[in-house]
Amino acid sequence: MEGLERILAEHRLFAGLGQPFVELAAGCAKNTVFRPDEYLFHADDPADWIYLVRHGRVALELATPGRGAVQFETVGEGEIVGLTWLLPPYRWGYDARATELTRAIALDARCLRDKCEADHDLGYELLKRFLPVLVARLQATRLQMLDVYGRAR
Amino acid sequence: MAALAEAALAAADPMVPRIVRVRKRTRDLPGHATLELVPADGAPLPRYRPGQFTMLYAFGVGEIPVSISGDASDGSRLVQTVRSVGAVSEAVTQLKVGDVLGLRGPFGSAWPTEELAGQDVVVVAGGLGLAPLRPSIYHLLANRDRFGKVVVLYGTRGPEEILYRRQLETWRKRLDLQIEVTVDHAGVGWRGNVGVVTRLIPRVSVDVANATALVCGPEVMMRFTAAGLHDLGLPESSIWVSLERNMKCAIGLCGHCQFSGLFACKDGAVVRYDRVRRLMGMREI
Repeated sequence: MEGLERILAEHRLFAGLGQPFVELAAGCAKNTVFRPDEYLFHADDPADWIYLVRHGRVALELATPGRGAVQFETVGEGEIVGLTWLLPPYRWGYDARATELTRAIALDARCLRDKCEADHDLGYELLKRFLPVLVARLQATRLQMLDVYGRAR
Repeated sequence: MAALAEAALAAADPMVPRIVRVRKRTRDLPGHATLELVPADGAPLPRYRPGQFTMLYAFGVGEIPVSISGDASDGSRLVQTVRSVGAVSEAVTQLKVGDVLGLRGPFGSAWPTEELAGQDVVVVAGGLGLAPLRPSIYHLLANRDRFGKVVVLYGTRGPEEILYRRQLETWRKRLDLQIEVTVDHAGVGWRGNVGVVTRLIPRVSVDVANATALVCGPEVMMRFTAAGLHDLGLPESSIWVSLERNMKCAIGLCGHCQFSGLFACKDGAVVRYDRVRRLMGMREI
């Protein structure tokens, strides 16, 4: 557990978070490994885990009729897979697949939600850390939607 | 003799084109061509600096501005990459080896490569924006010991639209260069990064107090990129962008490329971001 606390404390998501909060979050954490092409989760599954990627790469994908699955984002070292755990109905909206050997810290979302309900200070601290990630991805999505690279004739 | 006289006239008058010949044509991507041009009039090619452009004249069709994408230290040929988006660029991309065309220039400002000595350098390119940045990358790599960290971030629409793909793969093997490529969307077979180029910026680790960024791509992409670099800690005065406007005369006379108080052809295309940030956000310009 001590190792997980240290890893969590060093992750940029938890940077500056007080030791008692890190200990609370570490109580919901475990180490995980995904082999290449192994799925972390599928669309519509319950959003019960959050993954802090330590090493490797995870592709976020959506199945599209006639085109198969399309990757719309990849998440790498130091980044987070899964923001849907924050809000009801707590279900994933896409598939997540490791494209290479991926090591991550998995945080039990139910456990974390319960601890945030019980301790609003912890909840607020975590919200302050997850919201910038959400905003950054929203900004990136806006640019992606603009499809700025003109197509040749 | 007559050809040499015409070359002398062209050298004296920037509105008079010289005649150059296509020595080699490479199809980088569908609808794109990289042309190696050599003199057809006996006079040496003009020297240029990374970031400058020329006006290429497809006889009987028209003239367009085209970024120089080759190595500025190689004076024997002029390398330019064109994408077919209109009648003239279509005609230029269809030129074959041995065909001739008109050339004016080089024109415009350049990337501040000489001022980068001792600094970390971040190059951010989007789509065809890699073409005008490639001369600066050649310069950085040829004089590698003069610079700190060199980082190249490149984003484009999909894996099938990666420009200079083989060269990027070759550069990627260098230990003295961090190079990251991303695409906006990809099928499941793609093993690289997916997401817009700005998503790569947090991975950059440079001394922001002593770093300069060179950015080229669609204007919206440059704005988002500059914002991301600023969030990283780079001052706007350390970010350079390349503006694309409707360049016609290329010498600041006709006004077609006027950008508020600037002429993109003469005062740009390369400008410091803090000079144009406010203007780039104005929908009237």
